[in-house]
Amino acid sequence: MPRKIKPKEPAKPKLAVFKFASCDGCQLQLLDAEDALLAVANAVDIAYFVEARDRRLPGPYDVTLVEGSISTAAQIAEIKEIRRQSNYLIAIGACATAGGIQSLRNWRNVDDYINIVYANPSYIDTLATSTPISDHVKVDFELRGCPINKFQLLEVVIALLVGRQPRVPTYSVCMECKRRGTPCVMVTQGIPCLGPVTQAGCNAICPAYNRGCFGCYGPMEAPNTDALGEQLQALGASPDEIMRLFRNFSGYADAFRLASDAYEEMAL
Amino acid sequence: MPDLTPDIGAFVSIEKNELQCIFDALKKDGYTLAGPTVSNNASTPGEGAIVYDEIETVEDLPIGWTDVQGPGSYQLQRRNDNAYFGYVVGPQSWKKFLFPPQATLMTVRRENGSFVVESQAEDAPRYALIGVRGCELHALLIQDHVFLNGPYIDTHYKARREQTFVLAVNCTEPGGTCFCTSMGTGPKVGPGFDLALTELDDIFIVEIGSEVGRMVMRSVKWRPSGAFELQTKRTALAEATKSMGRTLETSDLPNLLYQNLDHPFWREVGERCLSCANCTMVCPTCFCSDILEVSELGGAASERVRVWDSCFSMNYSHVHGGNIRPRTKSRYRQWLTHKFASWIDQFGESGCVGCGRCITWCPVGIDVTESIDAIREEV
Repeated sequence: MPRKIKPKEPAKPKLAVFKFASCDGCQLQLLDAEDALLAVANAVDIAYFVEARDRRLPGPYDVTLVEGSISTAAQIAEIKEIRRQSNYLIAIGACATAGGIQSLRNWRNVDDYINIVYANPSYIDTLATSTPISDHVKVDFELRGCPINKFQLLEVVIALLVGRQPRVPTYSVCMECKRRGTPCVMVTQGIPCLGPVTQAGCNAICPAYNRGCFGCYGPMEAPNTDALGEQLQALGASPDEIMRLFRNFSGYADAFRLASDAYEEMAL
Repeated sequence: MPDLTPDIGAFVSIEKNELQCIFDALKKDGYTLAGPTVSNNASTPGEGAIVYDEIETVEDLPIGWTDVQGPGSYQLQRRNDNAYFGYVVGPQSWKKFLFPPQATLMTVRRENGSFVVESQAEDAPRYALIGVRGCELHALLIQDHVFLNGPYIDTHYKARREQTFVLAVNCTEPGGTCFCTSMGTGPKVGPGFDLALTELDDIFIVEIGSEVGRMVMRSVKWRPSGAFELQTKRTALAEATKSMGRTLETSDLPNLLYQNLDHPFWREVGERCLSCANCTMVCPTCFCSDILEVSELGGAASERVRVWDSCFSMNYSHVHGGNIRPRTKSRYRQWLTHKFASWIDQFGESGCVGCGRCITWCPVGIDVTESIDAIREEV
């Protein structure tokens, strides 16, 4: 009787997690995946994830998650090396995909901030701008949010492991808000809300707590910022308020940046 | 209490507090009550809206509340009286109970080198819908035609719909965006209810619509309605018919739209439309959905989940080779022409019931009745 040959266990894909200018909140979503985290640890070899373990294996990596924006010259060199070491590179969160809240400095002179904030400005070596990862290297997939949604992160990991497209919707937050059954805060109370121009993914958290959407998932697939801005004005918001609404966590993303620039000009 | 139960088609009167007896009878028969209530997402109740949710008693109803509606605007307000049903319709419709926004249709599990499939249709909840308006009952029947007619029956919808009890309410105070008179769906409720209430100052008139409705009345104190009461009801409905916030001229409607596919209005509305999909989410007849395969990480199991989708989302019109409706104007035109024209070709009736939700809940207040008026204008 021929002996049954046991196939050699295929090597598990190597996962790395890196961070740049950011708060760690997005990589924490992976640790926050609870039960699913064990399954992730089973399915992949966590090769580099400083927040989770001491072991740091060298590249190359099969999947690399990158959090944070590029804020210093050293980071530019680092992200280029990470790209070289990574087969599939995923930018996670508003910082990595749009420059983050720290990209507010892109509209001002960074030296003015440095002189105000730091006792010894000479220690600070920074770029004039905070920019998304995709401004510096090719990014294979962008997962939006501030922070990202852990279920979306799991979906991306699962999709990669089975070799299919991640299912991450690009339509508006309103779709999730209505499915959730929240009465629209803009229609009922005139609260300025970026939901109609912002990409879904958060399950419309803020309106459920009676707040307008902050737009942290960035512009949706067809953001009509002109029409929304006009309606916000009709509801009584000033051009300055509308500029600040667009210029927020994902304010440096193209559609929101252009809208905020237009309202800044109008406010002057 | 009379020994006899009222006949189907009869009109009887009950004291207002007897409504709780109807609720109790329904609960005793195993129904989960789904009805109107003031939402709790706002910091004070007056900032929210009247939504449909599972309720227990008449205390959960929005007694003494009303709503003031216009394009892109909805305000909850206190009434001067304690009317039980003195509001119009809110952002939600009954489809959330029969065609839920997100539902697992089946689960597939790997077992012994094969697959095991479990359908979720069997344990469908048994709803009594409380306070269904004429336009809304009509919308239910339209979704019945979509999901239950033809060669493909939606078993999940069917399982819920078959055991649904409908307590309808005649609408005597239409709102600012209502046009059910134009669409022929209200304000008086049409066939399809089990019981239909008309709220007068101190009593409800109950019309018996089915055998199930008749049986529910066994545990309720009722008396035959008097001629004056019935006259008051008729007058109130006649007044309501004339006090719609909107009107829509429906004559020649399919042809009008088909002959104006290149009307400059589509470009204008495309500039205003946010393509946010709110209109389709709030519409009581819109039935589009997406199917998601939600797999476990290890690949041991997968859930097939259905979620509400919209013809305004880009992916919806993405087919092999590209997107057939890449512009907002073409997506708006698709929605409007389907609702008012090709729906008639497809299902033999209009897809619009004139409830006005799409007007009220459009964040920028685009008004379908104005859209059709604009297309009527000569170019």
